[in-house]
Amino acid sequence: MKIRVKINGAWREDDVAPRLLLVHYLREVAGLTGTHIGCETSICGACTVLVGGQAVKSCTMFAVQADGAEITTIEGLAKDGQLHPLQQGFWEEHGLQCGFCTPGMILSAHQLLARNPHPTREEIRKGLEGNLCRCTGYQHIVKAVEYAAKASGK
Amino acid sequence: MRTKILGERIKRKEDPRLIRGGAHYVDDLKLDGMLYMTFVRSVYAHAKIKSINDAAARSVHGVVDVLRGRDLEGKLGNVPCAAGLEGLKIPDHPCLAPDEVRYVGEPIVAIVARDRYIAEDAADKVEIEYGPLPVVVNPEKALEKDSPLVHSKFADNVAFVAKLEGGDWKLVENDKSLKLIKQRFINQRLAPASMETRGVIASYSSGEDALTVWSSTQIPHLLKTQLAVMTGVDEARCRVITPEVGGAFGSKLNVYAEEGVASFASKKLGKPVKWIEGRRENMQATIHGRDQINDLEVYVKSDGVVAGLRCRIIADLGAYHQLLTPAIPTLTALMILGCYNIPNVWVETIGVFTNKMATDAYRGAGRPEATYIIERAMDLVANELNLDPAEVRQRNFPSPKDFPLTLATGVDYDTANYQKTLKKVLKASGYSRLRKEQERLRKKGKYLGIGLSTYVEICAMGPSSRMPAGGWEFGMVRVEPTAKVTVYTGTSPHGQGEETSFAQIVAEELGIPFDNVTVYHGDTSVVQHGIGTFGSRTTAVGGAAIFGAVQKLKKKMARFAAFKLKVKPGELIFDGGKLQTADGSKSIPFGEVVEAAYYARQLPPGVEPGLTEQMVFEPPNYTFPFGAHVAVVEVDGETGEVQLRNYYCVDDCGRILNPLLVDGQVHGGLAQGIGQALWEDHVYDENGQLITGTLMDYTLPKAHHFPWFETSNTETRTPVNPLGVKGVGEAGTIGSTPAIVNAVVDALKPFGVRHLDMPLKPEKIWRAMKQAAAQA
Repeated sequence: MKIRVKINGAWREDDVAPRLLLVHYLREVAGLTGTHIGCETSICGACTVLVGGQAVKSCTMFAVQADGAEITTIEGLAKDGQLHPLQQGFWEEHGLQCGFCTPGMILSAHQLLARNPHPTREEIRKGLEGNLCRCTGYQHIVKAVEYAAKASGK
Repeated sequence: MRTKILGERIKRKEDPRLIRGGAHYVDDLKLDGMLYMTFVRSVYAHAKIKSINDAAARSVHGVVDVLRGRDLEGKLGNVPCAAGLEGLKIPDHPCLAPDEVRYVGEPIVAIVARDRYIAEDAADKVEIEYGPLPVVVNPEKALEKDSPLVHSKFADNVAFVAKLEGGDWKLVENDKSLKLIKQRFINQRLAPASMETRGVIASYSSGEDALTVWSSTQIPHLLKTQLAVMTGVDEARCRVITPEVGGAFGSKLNVYAEEGVASFASKKLGKPVKWIEGRRENMQATIHGRDQINDLEVYVKSDGVVAGLRCRIIADLGAYHQLLTPAIPTLTALMILGCYNIPNVWVETIGVFTNKMATDAYRGAGRPEATYIIERAMDLVANELNLDPAEVRQRNFPSPKDFPLTLATGVDYDTANYQKTLKKVLKASGYSRLRKEQERLRKKGKYLGIGLSTYVEICAMGPSSRMPAGGWEFGMVRVEPTAKVTVYTGTSPHGQGEETSFAQIVAEELGIPFDNVTVYHGDTSVVQHGIGTFGSRTTAVGGAAIFGAVQKLKKKMARFAAFKLKVKPGELIFDGGKLQTADGSKSIPFGEVVEAAYYARQLPPGVEPGLTEQMVFEPPNYTFPFGAHVAVVEVDGETGEVQLRNYYCVDDCGRILNPLLVDGQVHGGLAQGIGQALWEDHVYDENGQLITGTLMDYTLPKAHHFPWFETSNTETRTPVNPLGVKGVGEAGTIGSTPAIVNAVVDALKPFGVRHLDMPLKPEKIWRAMKQAAAQA
């Protein structure tokens, strides 16, 4: 099936199998391997991307369902070489170790801050409940999101 | 004043590629003509394979090959076990089961196809006829005379029995003044569950007879050697590359069947073969952690001083040995006395085969079990004698002056001040205030629990004489002609941050900017030797090797500089991008020394051109980091739910090279240790079916499960390595589990609860409270 999607600001067209998962489309067809696969059951959130500004677990969506949509992956977050405040926050606050959950974590946090620009620590923890991290114990992730909230200055 | 880099809170070199999505894990790599492999795995815990019909699978368009166990016979070696214990039974462990399966998830057939969707389709079409055999899941039942045998070639299910005795046990038994406290502990099975599952790409080139393997592993060099042995490819033509690794926690300190089969398939088909583990496979067929039954006896004097400790450890090894399976529970015996100088000890460890996946190293690897036993024991003593748990610990601590100290277990502890960490954590947590609050709340029918844990761990693994495959580590430092510095380490960090801390060591020593140093690891053709990353050894052993190499390099650079400056090499100090005399009267820029070494127009006598130095560091002993943790919980009297209210810890990992990284390691460790205490449980049913086979069933802790961790440190440097560092990767996991359980049991004291096994889920606690109420 032909689909047309706008990924990180650029439209592209591809012919894909109806059963191709969005995450495999992004990784293997579009070559954007920053989106990871951690569980296949929509629990871990490593595959989180933004579809139409909404955080979506791309392992439980077919590529064809994204036809016509605008998608942001981790590769599209930095603008003109400038890190997004969330990326900067994760760096400054040591919000990652192995880095595997990080792209999904950052994009979930992106949605969280869009909805609630100044979350409390408790709200950050609750807001990230769809994303698992096995390395950090989450504390530095909470600080990273706080850093981004402050840096965005809204 | 020297530029200070070491000890500073410096953000990581690793992060820019990771936060931009530009890093490459195994699954992100694509090679020309690459094929994709998937496995058909056993659905039975124990069965004969009566027949395999793969005709339908082979006929799927895009399937290239279907491999069975018999195809590998004589061509691919077994999965290796490196643990050497006296009398150890080592069962054959072929990469694909040829005729019998012994756990759910054991690979039987490998499908190689053009892409992963086709491979999965074909896997569904393989028909395997099984002849089910009796199953044994419970390790105690496996020890009974009439138990089904996991391996019929052995007379029983006992893989090994190891005894450890110290002091004079007779004396303890005959001393009638001692009080005997007994308790059984179940240390449940866990799933390491790194966020990145395992993955491998094998690429064999027949022209060169060369095998290159990309694997998500902690031990690229050991894997290279083992793959050479397994596949028969000359080791000189084997190369293992470890790209980005998405967490491991011990689970990738191994050589797995899938790495062997992928190599075999690539060699057979002449094309690169990729296999990426699914999460279900990861839960089934990546090693598991813990799984011990501990029967403890503690003999204690009336003042709370423990005179003797006796323990029988039943360790569930699973069906086969992975790389270190039998060695892990022996670490429990070794560390069972914790930070108490208990003069008499007797431990028997029985390793048992069951129809389950192998256990092996998972964060802490045998030491969390030891710490759990001894730290629960201290609380049982306190409870029995009506003493404060902090006081009981104080009474059993050795004095800081007693170090180095040889314990009854024969282990030589390097250095410690247990009193200091305990005092600090009691103060940080407001311990005495908490006890008063607890009393007040109890009167109102509210259940606050305060749990202590004072732990010591054995790290920086280790002296080669006591390690299965060498305990040294390799480090090399090269100053490039542009004066940038390249560092090579044989360790294989995968999230811990040593690209940063090793660069700090080198930048500080050479007096050059941190940004000028780049650290490489994980490619056996780039880094000449190596052991790997595990056992909290990377900085304490690998960092020490880098430090040693840089000292040699400084000596050489000083000779070039001294020759030019006409001073003695020993007079020169490296700082601020210069080499200068102590009084600053003479100096030469770092870059000019580099030029002198590479252009080599005027060599000092007996000095070779170039600036590359290396060192293999052999640690004279392990290190013994320690710490004290306090957990504060509230238990809901109606539902049994545990709310972890506060967590305080003071950890002593020796000298701190980067506090940011130390905090990160401690936090992550705490999350896993607390996870075991409260939620995690990898469960098989009586038929050997894995109940918790996905992340929907196995509880991995989430962000909102945890309170703010209040962490701090003391710094007692170790004399074991020149950096004075001890290791911190496992501290949080080791210290936290007993602190949580002690807190929950403490909260339940009004109900007369003396012990509950992990995980402390609400239902278990609710039942204990109900039972207490019924008895009252």
